[in-house]
Amino acid sequence: MGTHTAEQPAPVADLSVPTRTGLLIIGASQSGVQLAVSLRALGFDEHITLLGDEDHRPYQRPALSKEFLQGTVESESLIFRSNEYWAEHNVDLVKGEYIVRIDRDADGSGIAHASSGRHFPFKRLALTVGARARKLEIDGGDLDGVLYLRNADDALALKARVGDAQDVVVIGGGFIGLEAASSLQKMGKNVTVLEFGPRLVGRAVGEETAEYFLQAHRARGLDIRLNTSAARLTATDGGRSVAGVELQDGTLLPAQIVLVGIGVIPNTQLAEQLGLTVDNGIVVDRYALASDGTTVAIGDCANMPNPVPGAEPGERIRLESVNNAIEHAKVAAYSLTGRREEYAGIPWFWSNQADLKLQIAGLCNGYDRTVLRSDEERGKFSVLYYRRGQVIAADCVNAPLDFMAVKNALAKGRNIPADAAADPATPLKTITTDS
Amino acid sequence: MPTVHFTDAEGEVRDVQGNPGDSVMETAVRNGVPGIVAECGGSLSCATCHVFVREDCLSKLPPMEDMEDEMLYGTAVDREDNSRLSCQLRLTDELDLFVTTPETQV
Repeated sequence: MGTHTAEQPAPVADLSVPTRTGLLIIGASQSGVQLAVSLRALGFDEHITLLGDEDHRPYQRPALSKEFLQGTVESESLIFRSNEYWAEHNVDLVKGEYIVRIDRDADGSGIAHASSGRHFPFKRLALTVGARARKLEIDGGDLDGVLYLRNADDALALKARVGDAQDVVVIGGGFIGLEAASSLQKMGKNVTVLEFGPRLVGRAVGEETAEYFLQAHRARGLDIRLNTSAARLTATDGGRSVAGVELQDGTLLPAQIVLVGIGVIPNTQLAEQLGLTVDNGIVVDRYALASDGTTVAIGDCANMPNPVPGAEPGERIRLESVNNAIEHAKVAAYSLTGRREEYAGIPWFWSNQADLKLQIAGLCNGYDRTVLRSDEERGKFSVLYYRRGQVIAADCVNAPLDFMAVKNALAKGRNIPADAAADPATPLKTITTDS
Repeated sequence: MPTVHFTDAEGEVRDVQGNPGDSVMETAVRNGVPGIVAECGGSLSCATCHVFVREDCLSKLPPMEDMEDEMLYGTAVDREDNSRLSCQLRLTDELDLFVTTPETQV
C-alpha cells in the first residue's frame, strides 16, 4: 500500500473542502469540552471538532474573577486538557474561528462558515455557545477602562489595567461583580459596588443570604450602594478614558476602571439562523435536543425542562453554572450515542468572595419557609429552603458540612426536617430522614 | 519529574508525570485520568477529586486544613483515614505518589 505507478496516479485530495467531521461542537467552553470528553468515555468513535472563537486552548472560567485576577494561579493551570489528550482522543481543537452561518441538509448534516472564510462540514452539530456579557448602555459606556469579565481576554485586559488604577467602580452586585470586587479590594484598590436593585445577588439566593453578604462585605470594608445606578460615565481630559461614574443623584465617584457585571445574554444567533426554537436560550427537550430533533444545545445557552425533582410540570429553566454545563453535556452525550438518559444530579453553585465561601445546593424557587443556621463565632452561616415541608435547597457560607448534607439528601430524595435543622450544633447528616 | 500512580477502583494503574507545583488533581484532569472529576477546578467547593493515598506516602504530603477536612465528609464514597482531596496536594520535585481513586466521585 501507499505506492502508485505512473499508470495509477495518486488521487488528488480536494483541498477546498476539508474532511467532514462526525460532530462539530461550536463553543470550546466548559460544556463543549465535557461533551467531547463524555462522548469518548461512551465509546463515540467518530471524529470530533471542538471549535472556539477565542485564541486560547479551552480553559476554565471560574478563576478569572478570583485566583487568576489576583495572580495566584497561572494561566496554564486553567487549561482543561493537554494537547496530547485531544490528539489521543481524535478531537481536533480549532481556535479563533467565529461561525457566522450554517447551511444544513435535511439529514442534519451541513457546513458551518467562519468569518475567516474557512468552512467546517459536519455530520452532526452541537451548540455550546454560552452567553455574552450584557453591555452597559449609558453615556460613556464605550470609554477605555470600561471592562467586562466573561472570558480570558477580558481578564487579561483587566489585569493589564489594574496596576495603574486606584479607584474601581463595579456596576452590578451579582456573583461576578462581588467576586471581582473582593479580589480587587484584596489587591489594594478602592472599590465601590453599585447595585441597581434593593439587595445583592438578586435572583440567585434568598433574602437572608443576600443580607448576610451585604453585612459581611461592608464589615470587610467594601463600599456597597444598593438601589443605585450610574447615570453616565465621565471621561478624562483627553476624552478617551473613563474618569468617573456619575450617579442618578449627581454624586461623582472617581474611577479609573469601571467593571460591569450586569448579567449575560444567551448566544442564540446561530440557532435563530437555523430556525430552531429560541426563548431565553435555545429551547431543548429533556434529552438536550433542540426543536429540529438532531442538534444538541447545552449549558448556559440552553433553555431546558427544569430537571429538579418536584419541579412543576412544563417548567423550564436556563442555568449558568459549571455543574450544569457538565451534567447537561452528559445528557447530550447519551443522546448523540442513541441513548435516552435524563439529567441526573442536583444543581449546585459556588462563589468565593474574600474569605466567604458560598456553596448552594438545589434551586430555592418557590420556597415557603427558610431555616437559618448561624454560628457567628466560627463564621458559618446556612439557610435551608423548604417547600411544603420538604427541603429543596440551601445556601451555605463557610459551612461545607451543611452543603454536603443538603446536596446528598436532595440527590437521594431524602429530607431534613425543618424544626430539627435550626440548631447549628446538630449535624444535618444525623437528622436526615427518608421522606 | 514527579510521578503520580493512579489506581482505579478496578485495579487498573496509570502512571502520570506532572510538573512541580501543579496539584495532583490538575495532573490527573489534564491527562484524562477517569477517576477524578474536579468540577470546581480546585477551589475546594465540590469534593469530587477524592483519592485514597497509599499509607507510606501520607507523610510526604502537607497536613490537611479544616476546609478540606470538612469537605471530605461529603465525598460520594465515604472517607477513610488515608483520604485526601487531590486538589490540595502539590507535586514536588522528587515526589513519587501512589493513590487510589474511589469507585465514584458524584
